[in-house]
Amino acid sequence: MNLDLLLLAAVDGLSYASLLFMIALGLTLICGVFGVINVAHGSFYAFGGYSAATVLAWLMPDDASVPLLVCALLCTAILVGGALGALLERGIMRRFQDRDPVLQLLVTFAVFMILENLQRMIWGSTPVNAGGLVGRMGTIELLGVTFMKYQLLLVPGIALASFFGLQCLLRYSITGRKLLAVIHHREVATALGIDAARMGLMTFALGGALGAVGGALSVPMTTFVPGVAADMVVTSFAVIATAGLGQITGALVASILIGQARALAVYTLPELEVVMPYLMMVLVLLIRPSGLFSVAEARRI
Amino acid sequence: MKTLIRTLAAVLGLCMAAGPTLAQIDRPAEIKLGMSTFMTGSAAVLGAPAKVAADMWIEDFNARGGVDGVKLKQTWIDEGQGADKFLTEYRRLAQEPGEKVMVSAISSGYCGALAPVAEDLKVINILWECSSEKVLEGKNYRYVFKTDPNGTMEMVAAVLHLLKVKPDFKTLAVVNQDYAWGRDSWDLFRDALLALKPDVKIVAEMFPKFGAPDFSAEVTRLQALKPDVVLSTAWGGDLDTFLRQASQRGLLKTAQFVLPLADSSLERLGDAVPPGVIVGFVGDGYFADPEFADDPKVRDFVKKFKDKTGFYPDFGVYHMVQALEAITLAYDKTLKANAGAWPTTDQLAATFRTLEYRGLSRPIRMREDGQAMQGQLYGVTLKHSDYPFPQVGELMFYPAELVSPPVGGISADWVKTLKPEILQSQRIQRVGK
Amino acid sequence: MRHPAFSVGIGCASAALLAMAWIWPWTRMPVITFLCYGMAALGLSVLMRAGQVSFGHAMYALIAGYGAAFTVRTFPGTDALIALAAGVASAVIVGVVVAAFVSRYRGIFFGMLNLGISMVFYSLAGKLYTWTGGTDGLRLERPPLLGMALDRGGFEWGMTLLALLLALLLGWVVQRYFRSSAGQIAIAIRVNETRLEYIGLSARAAMIEAYVISSALVGIGGALLALAQGLMTPEGGYWLRSGEYVFIAILGGAGHAIGAFLGAAVFELILLVGAAYFTAIWQMVLGVTLLIVIFFAPSGLVGRFRQFRPGRAAEDQES
Repeated sequence: MNLDLLLLAAVDGLSYASLLFMIALGLTLICGVFGVINVAHGSFYAFGGYSAATVLAWLMPDDASVPLLVCALLCTAILVGGALGALLERGIMRRFQDRDPVLQLLVTFAVFMILENLQRMIWGSTPVNAGGLVGRMGTIELLGVTFMKYQLLLVPGIALASFFGLQCLLRYSITGRKLLAVIHHREVATALGIDAARMGLMTFALGGALGAVGGALSVPMTTFVPGVAADMVVTSFAVIATAGLGQITGALVASILIGQARALAVYTLPELEVVMPYLMMVLVLLIRPSGLFSVAEARRI
Repeated sequence: MKTLIRTLAAVLGLCMAAGPTLAQIDRPAEIKLGMSTFMTGSAAVLGAPAKVAADMWIEDFNARGGVDGVKLKQTWIDEGQGADKFLTEYRRLAQEPGEKVMVSAISSGYCGALAPVAEDLKVINILWECSSEKVLEGKNYRYVFKTDPNGTMEMVAAVLHLLKVKPDFKTLAVVNQDYAWGRDSWDLFRDALLALKPDVKIVAEMFPKFGAPDFSAEVTRLQALKPDVVLSTAWGGDLDTFLRQASQRGLLKTAQFVLPLADSSLERLGDAVPPGVIVGFVGDGYFADPEFADDPKVRDFVKKFKDKTGFYPDFGVYHMVQALEAITLAYDKTLKANAGAWPTTDQLAATFRTLEYRGLSRPIRMREDGQAMQGQLYGVTLKHSDYPFPQVGELMFYPAELVSPPVGGISADWVKTLKPEILQSQRIQRVGK
Repeated sequence: MRHPAFSVGIGCASAALLAMAWIWPWTRMPVITFLCYGMAALGLSVLMRAGQVSFGHAMYALIAGYGAAFTVRTFPGTDALIALAAGVASAVIVGVVVAAFVSRYRGIFFGMLNLGISMVFYSLAGKLYTWTGGTDGLRLERPPLLGMALDRGGFEWGMTLLALLLALLLGWVVQRYFRSSAGQIAIAIRVNETRLEYIGLSARAAMIEAYVISSALVGIGGALLALAQGLMTPEGGYWLRSGEYVFIAILGGAGHAIGAFLGAAVFELILLVGAAYFTAIWQMVLGVTLLIVIFFAPSGLVGRFRQFRPGRAAEDQES
C-alpha cells in the first residue's frame, strides 16, 4: 500500500464524506431540537434527488450553462426539502409532540413508508440519474488519475459552505441563538419567551432542505432507485450516532472518519467496504456511549 | 400426531398422483404462464423490455389461434421485490390448479432457489434468462429446462474472443456484481483464461454489490492500477452506471474492456462507449446481425418492437422470444405425437428434452440434461453513421458444442482442461464482413 | 389467560387457522410467516416491557436462520427440529454476548447501538459470498421433520403445525414471564431505574435477562421461517425488518402476549390484501395504519380491548 494509493483513497473518501455530512447535518439538527431521530429524513434525500433530476432533465437539452444548472439543482432541492420538512412538522409531528420519543420515532418511520410509496408513484422504479451535469463540468487530474471536477470540487465545496454557513447562523444571528437555546433546553427557552413552535418548524424546514440538497448533489453521480432512501438513512444514523446527537462539528468529523474508512476499505479490504460505517459506529458507541462529541447530561432521579 | 401427518401425507400423495390422470382427459381452458422478470430496481432496464416483448408475442400468438385453440395467459412476478416475497409468489402460482408452465427467472440467485421448488411440485419451469451453470449442473432435474445459454459458454467464448482480438496483454482486472452470476462467471472466466494463457496477472478483483449506485471508488482504483484488460459481466442499470462513470473519467479508452452483457446497455449509453470495446450478446441474438438482415420474421419483430418501445431488442428480449417459441413448439409436438390428446406434464417434459427450436436467430438444440445449446456471438464496438449508438462489428460465432463441457461434466473442472489449440478451431465462424 | 372466554377464543382461532391451511395449501406459507413475525414481535414486546426499543433485533432472525441453514447444509439429513434448535442456540449465544455490552445503554442509544450491530451482521452476511451465499442467500434442502422425510405439501403442513404450537407455547410462557417478578422488575426499569437499584435489585441483570429472552424469541421466528421457506437471505436482518417487528409490536400492543400475534395478523393481512388489490399503495396503507394506531391507540389493539373491560386493574402500565 504505497503513499499514492493512500492519497487516492483520501480523495475518493472526500466526496463520499461530503455527501454524508450534508445528509447527517439535517438529521442531527432535527435530533438536537426535537430529541427525535427522523427516519423520514431518507425521504427528504430521495425527494431532493429525484426532483433535481427531473429539473435537470428538463433544462439540459436547452444547453444551459453550468452555473445555472447548479443553481437550479440547489434551489429545487431547497424548495422541495424545505416544504416537505415544514409540512411534516406542522401536519404530523406537532400532533405527537408530547409522546414518548420512541413513539415519535415510529411516527417518522410511518411517514417514511408513506413518502417512499409516494416517491415510487411519482417517479416509478426505473433508475434515475443526471450524469450529464458531471460530464459538463469536466475533469481534473491528480496523481495520474482523472477525477471529475464535480466530485472533487463542487460537492466538498458545498458541504463546507453549509457547515460554515450554519455555524455562522447559529452563533451570530438572533434566530440561530434562539435555536441553540431551544436545543439546549426547550422548556427554559419557552419560559424566556422564545417561540419554540416556530423554531421547531424552522428546524424541520432547514433539516429537510439540507437532506434534499444531499440528495440533489448525489443524483448526478449515483443512480436513484426505490430503496436508496433506506440505505442512505441508516448510514446517516451511523454518522450522527458516532458524532453525538445534535453535534454539528461532530457530524463533520464523523463523516470524514467514516468516509475515509470506507474509501480505504475499497483499496485494502474491499469485502468490508459496506461494513465500515457500522463497524465504526459500534466501536465508538462502545467506548463513548453517547457519541464522540456528546455533552454530559445531568441524571434525573 | 405422527399418524395424522402420515395419513395427511398419504392422502396428499394420492391426490397428486390422481391429478395428472384427471388432466389427461380434460383440455384446459387456457395455459397459464407464471412469468418473472425485474420490473423494479436497476435491473428493470433489462427486465422491462423483455416483459413488453413477451406480452406482445403472446398477444400475437393468441390471435393466431394459440396452442391448438388453447390460449396462453401470463401472470407476472416482480423479481425486484426481494427473495422472500418472490419465492412466496412463485410458490403460490406454481401451486394453483390448472395447466401451467413457469417461466422464471432473470436472477441466477433466484433460479437456484426456485429450481428445486419446481421439481418438487412437478411443474415445468423454463429458466429463460439466468445464466449461471450451477443451476442445472449435477442436478438431473426432470422438469427444469434452460432455453438460453449458460455461463460456461458465454465466458469461454469471451476468453477466446479476447485472445483473438488482443493476444498480448499482461494484466487483467475484474469488476463484477456481487451475487451468484458475478462470482460464478468470474470463476469460469479466470480458470479458462489461466488454462489458455497462464502468464496473465490478475491485479484486482472487485465485487460491488448488486444494485450499487456508485462505482467511483472502483474506477479510481482501476485508474491507479492501470490494467491492460478490464472484465465486467455486470448488466442492467449497474453496468450503465459503471460505464458512464468509467467513460467520464476516460477509463474506457485506456484499457481494453470486455463486456459480455453490454448489448443491452449500448443503446442507452450511446457515445459514452468508444469503439474497440469487446461486447457479447449472451447467445447470438443481435438485431443488426448481417446473417438475418433479410429474414422477414426477424425484421418484422424488430420493427414492431422498436415501434412499440422506441428501442431495439436486446438479449433479454431475444431470450424471452426463444423461450416462448420453445414452449409452444413443445406443446404442438406433443399434441401431434399424442394424436390430439392433451399432453401430461411428463409427456411435455420428455418432448422438451429433445427439442430443436428457434427464436429470432440461429437454431437451438436442447441437450438431454436440460441445457440449450446456443452459440455465442462476440464482436467489437464501432461507430456507425446510421445509428446514434455504437454497433458491433468484426463478429465471430462460437458454436455451443465447442465451448461447453460434455453432458454430465462439471464446468468448473472442464474449463481447467482447455488447451490453446481451441483458438485455432475451424468451427469458429466469421459473421458478416 | 384466566378468562375462559379468552382461552376459547384462542382455541377457535387456532382451529380456524389450521382448517384454512388444510383446505387451501397456498395459505400455509403466509400462516407460517404470520406466526414467525408474531413470535419475533413477541420478543420485542418483552424488551418494550423494560421501556427499551431495539432497532436491530432482526439480526437474531438473521443469525438463527443462517445457523439453521449451516446445520442443514453441513449435516444433511439432520432433523428440522435439531436445525431449529441449532439456529436458536446460535442466536442466543450472540444475544448473551451482545447483552453484556448493550445492557448499560438506555433509550435512543440502546436502539442505535442495536441498529449498528445488526447492520454489521447484515453487511457481512451480504458480502461473505463463500460462506453465506452473499445477497442470494443459502438454500436449505428440505430436512426430515420428526424423523419423517416429507414431500413439499406434507412438510409445509408439518411446519404450520409446529409454528402454531410454538406460538401458543411461547405466548403462554411470555405471559407468565410478564406476570412473574422478573417481568415486574422489567417494568420498573422503564418507570424509575434508580429506585430499582435502591431497593437492591440489579437493573442490568433484569435487562440482560429480558434481552436474552427477546433474542431467543426473534431467533425462533427467524429459524422457523428459513426452514419453512428453504431459503435464507440477508434481507431477514435488514433494519427495515427490525422496524417491521417494532411496528407489529406497537400495533398489537406490548401489554399482553397476544398483542404481538394480533399485530402480526393485521400486518400480514394488509400485505396480502395490498399485494393482491392495491399493489401501488400498500406501503402507504401500512404507514397510515401505524400513524392511526399511534395516535388513537398507543397501547395497541390490546390496550383498546382492555378499555372495554371495566373493573380490570391496570396492572400493566404501557406508554
